[in-house]
Amino acid sequence: MSEKEIDDVTGVATTGHEWDGIKELNNPLPRWWVWTFYATIVWAFAYTIAYPAWPLISSATGGMLGYSSRQDVRSALDAAEASKADYVAAVEAASVDDILTDDALRTFATAAGAAAYKVNCVQCHGSGATGSAGYPNLNDDSWLWGGKPEDIRLTIAHGIRFASDDMTRLSEMPPFADILSETEIGELAGHVASMSATPSTGAGADLYATNCAACHGDSGEGMVELGVPNLADAIWLYGASEEEIAAQIRAPRHGVMPAWQDRLGETTVKELAVYVHSLGGGQ
Amino acid sequence: MTYGPQTIGVGLFAFLALLGAAFAADPLFAQHMGILAIVLAIATVVMLRRQFFAPAKTKVDTGYMDEVVRYGSIATMAWGIVGLLVGVVVALQLAWPAFNIEPWFTFGRMRPLHTSAVIFAFGGNALIATSFYVVQRTSRARLFGGDLAWFVFWGYQLFIVMAATGYLLGITQSREYAEPEWYVDLWLTVVWVAYLVVFLGTILKRKEPHIYVANWFYLAFIVTIAMLHVVNNLAIPVSFLGVKSYSAFAGVQDALTQWWYGHNAVGFFLTAGFLGMMYYFVPKQAARPIYSYRLSIIHFWALIFLYIWAGPHHLHYTALPDWAQTLGMVFSIMLWMPSWGGMINGLMTLSGAWDKIRTDPIIRMMVAAIAFYGMSTFEGPVMSIKAVNSLSHYTDWTIGHVHSGALGWVGLISFAAIYHMVPKLWARERLYSVRMVTWHFWLAMLGIVVYAAVMWVSGIMQGLMWREYDAQGFLVYSFAETVQAMFPYYVMRAIGGALYLAGALIMAFNITMTILGHQREEQPIGAPVAKAPSSLQPAE
Repeated sequence: MSEKEIDDVTGVATTGHEWDGIKELNNPLPRWWVWTFYATIVWAFAYTIAYPAWPLISSATGGMLGYSSRQDVRSALDAAEASKADYVAAVEAASVDDILTDDALRTFATAAGAAAYKVNCVQCHGSGATGSAGYPNLNDDSWLWGGKPEDIRLTIAHGIRFASDDMTRLSEMPPFADILSETEIGELAGHVASMSATPSTGAGADLYATNCAACHGDSGEGMVELGVPNLADAIWLYGASEEEIAAQIRAPRHGVMPAWQDRLGETTVKELAVYVHSLGGGQ
Repeated sequence: MTYGPQTIGVGLFAFLALLGAAFAADPLFAQHMGILAIVLAIATVVMLRRQFFAPAKTKVDTGYMDEVVRYGSIATMAWGIVGLLVGVVVALQLAWPAFNIEPWFTFGRMRPLHTSAVIFAFGGNALIATSFYVVQRTSRARLFGGDLAWFVFWGYQLFIVMAATGYLLGITQSREYAEPEWYVDLWLTVVWVAYLVVFLGTILKRKEPHIYVANWFYLAFIVTIAMLHVVNNLAIPVSFLGVKSYSAFAGVQDALTQWWYGHNAVGFFLTAGFLGMMYYFVPKQAARPIYSYRLSIIHFWALIFLYIWAGPHHLHYTALPDWAQTLGMVFSIMLWMPSWGGMINGLMTLSGAWDKIRTDPIIRMMVAAIAFYGMSTFEGPVMSIKAVNSLSHYTDWTIGHVHSGALGWVGLISFAAIYHMVPKLWARERLYSVRMVTWHFWLAMLGIVVYAAVMWVSGIMQGLMWREYDAQGFLVYSFAETVQAMFPYYVMRAIGGALYLAGALIMAFNITMTILGHQREEQPIGAPVAKAPSSLQPAE
């Protein structure tokens, strides 16, 4: 242990302790440090008087401001609900077509639909509604089940090939693997692929007329009433290559969309229909 | 015989582990015990090969016990590289999901591997090694307990290996920073108690009249971590031959216990422990006295008392009752000045030695570490304020905050301590290269700044996007859109982490060369530039 000494550089006395050559100066606590520390303590006590803080035997002090985080959330949610109440009631009463003709109501329903879309629809149709292989793009004007506001609402409400909904959209194309030979399927796929540009003639065209035209139409225009896809518009749900088209002819895949009415309620479904209709392809 | 009983003991435990694998109640326990059996079998073979069957020489237990500190320094460096590397990998996994390799190397298993590797493997080894180094020198006493210090070192490495392999196999309690299951926890408890015995025993047999301030902090760290570890891991195993256990607590009480542990792991492991490191290595490297003895006493006790109550701020706006949230917040605010006491004492110790920042990159590293300590201990109380927390919670802001503390404070102060210790431990005149320390410093600084700044931007953006409402009162963004928006920041974060790793790799090379006894020929920093040799003069 060394004696107390004065540090040459600062002129401050040391405490007289020394460990492995380390000494300590005997500087006082910095004043600003002490006062800031006191200030935080005073503030902390004041805060605990204002807000719920001190635990008692079976409860806690409630604080003078009467604050409760649960009450806070409840009132914020109630206020949000109240501010929308008029519009929600109006949407509930109106048809989708009526909503579209009323500017204020349409704006509201579009915003509400967009919010519901982000939670429930992006998983399949994408956050930009551009879809992906097997999941239709909602921005274009090609509609399997119709692009009128009421058509869209029905599709959302009851889904597509959704077994538990009696009013669901239902269509099924038969598999042609057993009906046509591989050569014929190849020729047919070649013709179908050409329909969106210059339709080919010959064996493929003949096969098309015999097997496909009944549903897909003479020039491949499809049939919205039965959910039959348009083959002439260069929009392909399962791929545009001849191989992908041939696969679809052999054993067609049938996508399923859930019915949303029971889950989200009629109002939200209407709002979703308005939003999807507004994306650009609505008829 | 040397270490006869110890060798037999390790061999016996290898056999027991094998039995554990054979009679395991679930396949995960069998795999984990198989790993343990292999590790212990290798240890047995190594120990047998080092046997001398002649009667053991009488041990000369004079001087400091530094061999275990040498091992600890190397382990710190090695685990540091592993932890940082895994950090860069998980950063890449967030940016590009293709980096997730099932089943062992997915983000969910790699993330605890990263946090445990940097906190417990790198940080823990740094703390154990430096505490053994510091306590001997400031107590003028050899480590207490003889070879118990070796048990602490090797026992801790075994804990790390068991924890890390467990994570990759998918064995976890799902408690943040306390993921290892019950049997690994029990082992750590044994090791930790041995650590306490060695450290406290050394203090008790000290030849100095007073206990040095660094040792207060180290002791507070060891004692409190023991308490936190035991309480938070109270659990009932489903089977003594199986991995699964259930916590002794339920619901919000379980959550509060976990964050009482989690926050004080930050407070006592990453703050108090490393303050102990600072209190020894900063005055030694600067050759200046500690600024204020009085401040060290007051801020020590204030820090120790206040920290333990701050945990509830991790559970703002949850099922935790309002009163507990309030207390967690106000204690965090009161913690600001006690934390800054350490910063003041560290920085002001340099008064009279500020010129060394220019010439000594190790001092520069220490100053940067203390500055980052000050920044994160200010940011912490700010983020504990409920209004701020409602924006910052669950976002990348928290990650940025943690990393400015972890990379800036914990990382840099540990690196500086190792740079200081290694030449002394191996009796080298100086480091292999002091200029490489400068390179390490700037790479690390650049890495931290990129990382922290990017996470602040990304975190605040994320928080704002989550709460963005349109004029009609509907949420504007879907969750996936917020993830998409963060992609560029995730990429930049990985770059920041890679820069920091690059600095650590330079350090590993520098340290290795120092240990091997090489010295790079180079101009001392700050020395006048030597004149060019005359042969380079233009020809006549």
